[in-house]
Amino acid sequence: MTVERRTILKAGLATAASVAMPTVLRAQAAPFRIGLLTVKTGPLAQGGIQMEQGLATFLKEKNNILAGRKVEVIVADTGGNPAGARTKAQEVVERDKVNIILGPLAAFELLALTDYVRQQQIPLISLAAAEDVTQRSTNPWVIRPSATSGQCSHVMGDYAAKEMKLKRVATICEDFAFGHEQVGAFLRVFEENGGKVVKKLWPPLNAPDFTPFIAQIGNVDGVFMGFAGSNPLKFLRAYADLGLKGQIPVTGGWTALDDALLKSFGDEAVGAMSATFYTSDHNTESNKRFVAAMAKDYDVIPGAYSAGMYIAGQCVEAAIAKLDGKTDDKQALMAALKGLSLTDTPRGAFSFDQNGNVVGDVFIRRCERQGGKLVNKTIKTYEKVSQFWTYDPAEFVKQPVYSRDYPPAKNLQ
Amino acid sequence: MTSNPGRTGFVLLLLAILATLPLWMTSLYYVNIASQILFWAVFALGLNVLVGYGGLVSLGHAGLFGFSGYVAALLMVNGYSHAAALPAAIIGTLLMTAVFAALALRSTGISFLMITLALGQILWGIAYRWADVTRGDNGVNVAGRPSPFGIDLTEPRAFYVAVFITFILCLLSMLALVRSPYGASLRGTRDQPRRMRALGFNVWMIRFIAFLFSGFWTAVAGILFIYYNQFISPQVMALQTSAEALLMVISGGTATLAGPVVGAAIVVIMKNVVSAYVERWNMVLGIIFVLIISFMPEGLVPGTARLWRSMMGRRRAAKMPLGLKVAGEGSR
Repeated sequence: MTVERRTILKAGLATAASVAMPTVLRAQAAPFRIGLLTVKTGPLAQGGIQMEQGLATFLKEKNNILAGRKVEVIVADTGGNPAGARTKAQEVVERDKVNIILGPLAAFELLALTDYVRQQQIPLISLAAAEDVTQRSTNPWVIRPSATSGQCSHVMGDYAAKEMKLKRVATICEDFAFGHEQVGAFLRVFEENGGKVVKKLWPPLNAPDFTPFIAQIGNVDGVFMGFAGSNPLKFLRAYADLGLKGQIPVTGGWTALDDALLKSFGDEAVGAMSATFYTSDHNTESNKRFVAAMAKDYDVIPGAYSAGMYIAGQCVEAAIAKLDGKTDDKQALMAALKGLSLTDTPRGAFSFDQNGNVVGDVFIRRCERQGGKLVNKTIKTYEKVSQFWTYDPAEFVKQPVYSRDYPPAKNLQ
Repeated sequence: MTSNPGRTGFVLLLLAILATLPLWMTSLYYVNIASQILFWAVFALGLNVLVGYGGLVSLGHAGLFGFSGYVAALLMVNGYSHAAALPAAIIGTLLMTAVFAALALRSTGISFLMITLALGQILWGIAYRWADVTRGDNGVNVAGRPSPFGIDLTEPRAFYVAVFITFILCLLSMLALVRSPYGASLRGTRDQPRRMRALGFNVWMIRFIAFLFSGFWTAVAGILFIYYNQFISPQVMALQTSAEALLMVISGGTATLAGPVVGAAIVVIMKNVVSAYVERWNMVLGIIFVLIISFMPEGLVPGTARLWRSMMGRRRAAKMPLGLKVAGEGSR
């Protein structure tokens, strides 16, 4: 193979050196190989690029050496579709012989390759939110330091009912699994605390304009929106244009007011509430380094996608350290990853539950204008939030997974 | 269809290389890529029956492809054996194809294209929305591959051989179709439907059979697809898949046997191999298609053959005296 494979290390000296004297380098120490499944083409590419930036920032900070092991990253573009994700997983595992997979981005991508990862026994650190991979069909080879779809909207449901004192809410979310699961989680907690979801709206993923949907929200005192990607921008703009901003408060899930979107928002976002596992104003040492490096190298405020991959990198480092660099035993590597309990990460302290999903803080934030800039100001922190919220895990997984119609909305009008 | 010993030898050599691929290809990853090329080629060959020989451009074949995959996957998930699921998927898809054909064959040309597009989108919508049955966006995971005659197809090389055998059967059936009187009448309905009707042929029935034949191989490709990925979700039924399959057929060369195969190879290699080296692989794919359309509007395979012939012809012409050249031209 004469073509030099694309890796994010190309800026470093590694590329030049390995071309010049490949055998010498390989003989010294086999590098720990990370396969990053991201999306660089198609509608999901924006999030995918942020993932890559987050991981690159972490590795640059560590000079490509994690706990004494040299690290090599192979970046693969899944194209944002399930078959592509599956093929790219095969590529990084079978051809590039990676020790671990980071990613993918979208829930349906993770679902397409979960069986493959199990067969091949390759540890995977997921960003994708598909609930059942750590719930009803738990994959022992997956950990998820980000969040399930519902993990943050459980919290939003609680906050909306108890602190915002909302009574009647309309939900609006893209019509796909990530949206269904977010709304299901919000609805369950919100209604158990006395609220009523009176309208569920499901615009298609590529709806050009949300005005017709906003027109249907009716007589409510709050809105929950679970949009992802660039749809929150379109939604809030249309919402403000219709004169509803400031009249009916908007709440959102962890993608709805992601910090990476702030530079694209205008005044229409001011006052919107969101629940998320990562907030760029978080006060840990690693987060300050991370935010500063992202601002310096890419001129962006990092959001949950890039933070998720920075944190994934920290998990890898901690696991290698735990094993003293001996990562060849895949079972041991997986056990080390699952047993991690980190304190200094951009999202704060966290650990994993028995299913490999994160137990960590979730932040309630309000979007405000400070010194001319939009910021998401943290106003409440829910500590050690589990994917099961306050429910018993065994009882929780006996219920069907959150969907378009589950839990049933009894108060629709 | 004149038999050309040079060409036959070349094709046999290529097939021999493909047949022995598991023996000399050391990387399992490339074995898997080869499997993908071959089952996409089966899909493209199936589509080519309609597009190339029947002159009926369908944009709904991804619906049939996914339908077959979904039927097989859902039956297996609900406890049916491979032996029950596979025939059910093929027969089910044939019935669905018959419905497609009955509706779409009321017209030709652009209207045919639009009707098949609409039908394909309906199937996509059902897969997406009827979540109680299809599990919607979350898709269906299939636990394993079958073990025909005790050979476990979980092993990539064994699976490749199974796909290769299917591919060869498909190719042979296409060859038989093209050379049969029925194949001639199908091409007749493409070029001169009114004259065919005047000659007493049942044009509608000829097209209907072609649609079923196409649907059959589409169903087979759909089954190979779910066994390969062991997962299916609505994305695969979307318009993009139909368009991609059509691109394979058109870029390789419609109404040829090798064209769809070459087209499938180009698309799969671009998507999976080149994308590892070139970030903007979509652009490369686009440029390749533009180049093909500009310089070989008839497709890569017939276009290359034409260039080859004219090159050989020129060389022969240079060697021959003038009078003989004219005679040589005439005898071809």
